[in-house]
Parts: sequence; C-alpha cells; structure tokens
Amino acid sequence: MIKNMSKASRSGLINYGIVIVVFIIVKILMGAGAMSNMLQSLLIPACCYIVMAISLNLTVGVLGELSLGHAGFMSLGAFSGIIAATALQTAIPFPALRLLIAIIIGAIFGGIGGVIVGVPVLRLRGDYLAIVTLAFGEIIKNIITVLYIGIDANGLHIATKQSNLNLLEDGIAIVKGPMGAVGVSKISTFTAGFILVIVTLIIVQNLVNSRQGRAIQALRDNRIAAESVGISVTKYKLMAFVTSAALAGAAGALFGLNFSSTGAVRFDFNTSILVLVFVVLGGLGNIRGSIIAAAVLYILPEMLRSLNINEYRMLIYAVILIIVMLVSNNPQLKALFGKIIPKRRKGDAEIV
Amino acid sequence: MTFLGHVITGLSLGSIYAIIALGYTMVYGIAKMLNFAHGDVIMVGAYICFIFVMNLGLPPLLGIIIAMAVCTVLGIIIERLAYKPLRSVPSLAVLITAIGVSYFLQNAAQLIWGASPKSFPTTFFNFGGNQGFTLFEGQLNVNYAAIVTICICVIIMIALTIFTSKSKMGKAMRACSEDKNAARLMGINVDKTISVTFAIGSALAAVAGVLMCSTYPTLMPTTGSLPGIKAFTAAVFGGIGSIPGAFLGGILLGLIETFTKAYITTDLSDAIVFAVLIVVLIVKPAGLLGKYRPEKV
Repeated sequence: MIKNMSKASRSGLINYGIVIVVFIIVKILMGAGAMSNMLQSLLIPACCYIVMAISLNLTVGVLGELSLGHAGFMSLGAFSGIIAATALQTAIPFPALRLLIAIIIGAIFGGIGGVIVGVPVLRLRGDYLAIVTLAFGEIIKNIITVLYIGIDANGLHIATKQSNLNLLEDGIAIVKGPMGAVGVSKISTFTAGFILVIVTLIIVQNLVNSRQGRAIQALRDNRIAAESVGISVTKYKLMAFVTSAALAGAAGALFGLNFSSTGAVRFDFNTSILVLVFVVLGGLGNIRGSIIAAAVLYILPEMLRSLNINEYRMLIYAVILIIVMLVSNNPQLKALFGKIIPKRRKGDAEIV
Repeated sequence: MTFLGHVITGLSLGSIYAIIALGYTMVYGIAKMLNFAHGDVIMVGAYICFIFVMNLGLPPLLGIIIAMAVCTVLGIIIERLAYKPLRSVPSLAVLITAIGVSYFLQNAAQLIWGASPKSFPTTFFNFGGNQGFTLFEGQLNVNYAAIVTICICVIIMIALTIFTSKSKMGKAMRACSEDKNAARLMGINVDKTISVTFAIGSALAAVAGVLMCSTYPTLMPTTGSLPGIKAFTAAVFGGIGSIPGAFLGGILLGLIETFTKAYITTDLSDAIVFAVLIVVLIVKPAGLLGKYRPEKV
C-alpha cells in the first residue's frame, strides 16, 4: 500500500512515525527513571516549540511571507488559555478536559489575532509585512503587560489597575499586569503535548497537500501567475496565515499552562526570532526539518546550561548559528555535498 | 511651556532614532538585508565611549571619535566575516546570520563588561559647569544633551545628503542600490561600496549610542535592542532605503512616543507607536517617502 502512495504522503507518514517513536522512547525512558528532572521539564516546552516551528513554517516556508511576530499569537493563546482554564476550575474537575478547552480557546484567540493582522498583511509585501507582524507582537506584549484580569461570581473583570478590578471576595486575579499570570495550576502534560504535535502535523500536512495548499504554494512561487489562473490571493493567504496563528495560539495555551506564572515578556521579539531560527535551520517548507530543528535547538542550549560553560553558553550558540548559516550556504561545500549525495531534490529549501 | 519642553524631548529622542534608522536604511538600500545586529553596534559604541571617558579620563569628544573608529572597524569585520560570504543567497539566511551576530555581540559584551547596568555620566555634555539652561524665566529647562543631539542629527543628515549626491563613493552607493549588476558593469567596485556603507552605518551607530546613553543613562548589554527595533520601524515608517525617509520617520517616531507618554499614557506608549506604524503602512504600503514600485509582469 505504501508503495502506491505519493511522495508527499509517504514523507508525511514518516513524520508521524518519527514523532510517535520518539514519544514512545521518551515514555519508556521516563518509566525507567533514566531521564533527569531537568530533561523532563523541557519536554512540554519542546512540544510547544515544535508546534510553533511547524506553524511558522506554514507562513514562512509554504506561504512565503516573513513573520517576525509569531510569539504574539503564542502570547494571545497562552493568556486566553490560562484565563479559560482558571475560570473553569470549579466547573470542570477533570484537568485533561480543561486543558483541551483551554487549548481550543487559545487556538480561537490566536486565529482571531491572525485575522486582525492578516487583513492589512494582504496589502503589504516582503519586509513591510515582517515589520507589521513585529509591531503586532510588540503591541500584544505591551497591552498584556498593563492589563489586570480577574474573575468572580459575576464573570470576568478587566482593568488597567489592580484596584479597579472590583472583584468580589471570592474572586481571583488571574493576570496581574507586569507580573503576568500568577498562581496558574499546571495542567499541561507531555502526552497532551504529543497529541498537539500530531494534530498540528495532521492539519498542516493535509493542508499543504490539498488543493488549497497547492494554491498557497502557487501564490508563493509566483503571485501574478497564480492570480491570473484564478487563485484568490486574499482567501488563500488568510487561510494559511490564520491556520498558522491558530496553531501558535494552541501551542501558547499548552505553554502557559505548563508554568505556575507566565509574564508577557516571555513572548517577546526574541521568542519570535528563536522560532524563526528553528524554521530556517530546519529548511523552509520542510516540516520534518522544523520538528528536528526545534527539538534539538531548544534542548541543546538547555543542556549546555548544565555543563561548566554556562557563561559562554549563548556565545557558543551564536557562533554555531553563524557558522551553520555560512557553511550551509557555501557554494563550494554545497557542490561537494552534491557529489556525495547526488539525489538531493531541488526546490525544497530554495524558496524566498 | 511644558508643550515646548515635550517638543524638545521628542525631537532629541527622534534624532537618536533617526541616526540609528539612517544606518538601517543605508545598509538595506544597498545590501537589501535587515541588519539586526545594528542595534548591538550602538551598545558597543556606547560601552567603548564609556570605558575611554570614565576609566581613562579622556575628554568626551575624543571618546566619541574613538567609539566611532572602533565601531567602523567592527562593522567592516562583521560584514567581511558574516555577511559577505552570503551575498548571493536568499535574504532569510542573511537575516538569521544577522541575528546570530546580534546574539554574539550581546553575549560578548556581557562577558567583557558584565551584565549589571553601568550608569552613563549624565554630565556628559556640560558647558561652563551647567547641564542645561533655562528659558522664559525658569519655566523651561533645556538640557545641553538634547540640543547637542538634535544638532548632531541635523549635521549628519546634511552631510549624508551631500555625500550621497555629490561624492564619487556616494554616487556609487546609489548606483549599487539601484542595480548591482549594472553598477558592476560600469566599473564600480560593489564589494568595496558595501563595506563603506557598513562602515558609515556603524560609525553612525556609535554616535547614536553615545547620544542615547547621555540622555538615558543606563548602559547594559541589551541596551541597543529595543531602540534598534524602534529605529528599524522608523526606517520602515519613512520608507526603507530612503535617507530623508529615515530622518523623517525617526523624528516622527520620537515625537509620537514623547507625546503619547506625556498626554495619553506611559504604559501603552510602545503599543501606540507601533499601532501608528501599522496604520501608516496600511495607508501607504511603501512608507511615507518610499517609492512604490509596481510589479512588472
């Protein structure tokens, strides 16, 4: 059966296989007690960053638009998810169901953010689009930093000062301005992270290999030619952008519910850039590359932390980043690798 | 009178943004790359000046000149090592390399000078022992630092305009930003032109760093990143690649930020600045002074 499948769906199956195998291995290692606590604490954020990388790859690699504010959608998802989970704490006693609802709400808010940014995005191209997404990320960070959100029997209260919240006696302040969300019950689990990665893979891979996905890639390769054969620019760009934003929102909800406190500064420009680095190093448009790059590049610097070179950690990371970019784009080395591995397909990563 | 005070503060903040944005826009115009490490060159310039003035006791002016020289060399080295090998590859690869350089500079600065903030001397610009002067019978205090900043920005702007329109190297720069291949055919050394652009941009960054820290005196390894991002938006605001655009964008950004802080809210000033930027880009997709180039099929 596998032989008759198209190349794309076979490659997709391999991706599911890799994720499932890694999940099982990690679960076995955890059961055997072979994983340190520090490594275990990295698992859920790693899942979030994998989802972030896959979703950003949809925007940057498949749609071909540079986004520098992906963390903004993550932030929206994180805070809406935290608020939803806290609000439902008494109504729904099962953490797993609460987490599911929080992730869905995070995805919805991320998607709404995607629409808000996506509409002006359609008028802009290239670096101007990048700057709008950057500006959006900074606006989200700034707004959440001044908001105070609390909940009591009367519903949600939103204010810009803690004293203006007017909570009843049993009310809880969920988001406290610059401190961010505090006292969050940590309900994220590694299994949930694994399921989210699989769901993301199903959504993105099916989208990319569908009629709509081909339309999106046609827009990336040549917008004018695509338009002239009747592909609606607005519709397909928004589709890719909003899907990407919603997935980032879902990842954000999972991320936010993994820590007892989360500040808006966690989702700043540097986070967006970090995810972009994963995508570019993994290869534009290459989903498997994004997964591997996100997992390795998130866990590697944290592992360096435990070595005796903590001060030089980020310096080494920066040097590795520069060297990898220089080496992977060096024409002589490329030619050399081309001789050793001649079957490398063209057009996979050479899109901008 | 407070209004006039805010105007002066806004102009001086805007001048700093404008000087940084000039560096961004020149590099973008020629190399077609977003040099994210630019903000960190500002920080390096400020540190160099700080070391020479505070630790070695040199006069401030000499400190600025040394900082400019060091940053010029730094800019050329960065361009040679990190960007030149990537001249013909997709711009995203160069963007990531620039981010790598930015991380490198920040962390190197942290190793060399420590993570704790250094307090830049606020008496950096004093004439006759005063930091400023008062106008209108004491109703308006004006810092010399603000006046010096605005003056330097105007001088740089005029000098750059003359340089790009009159000098041979300036003309070569404009030719390269228009069409690199055609420029090469006309006998222009494109590599050298790009190096000179980086050198000028980095020297400007050093000046901006010193001016910024003499007004906002906290100096640490991440000092450059937020002003860098804002100056970048200023460059886009005015139309990236355009020198008058960067000037206008920087000044407007500074004024908007100062007025928002003064009259609306201090907490949301960044959000409002960026919201204005988005609105401007929606109305004028190529920025205020940018040329809109219709696509040819």
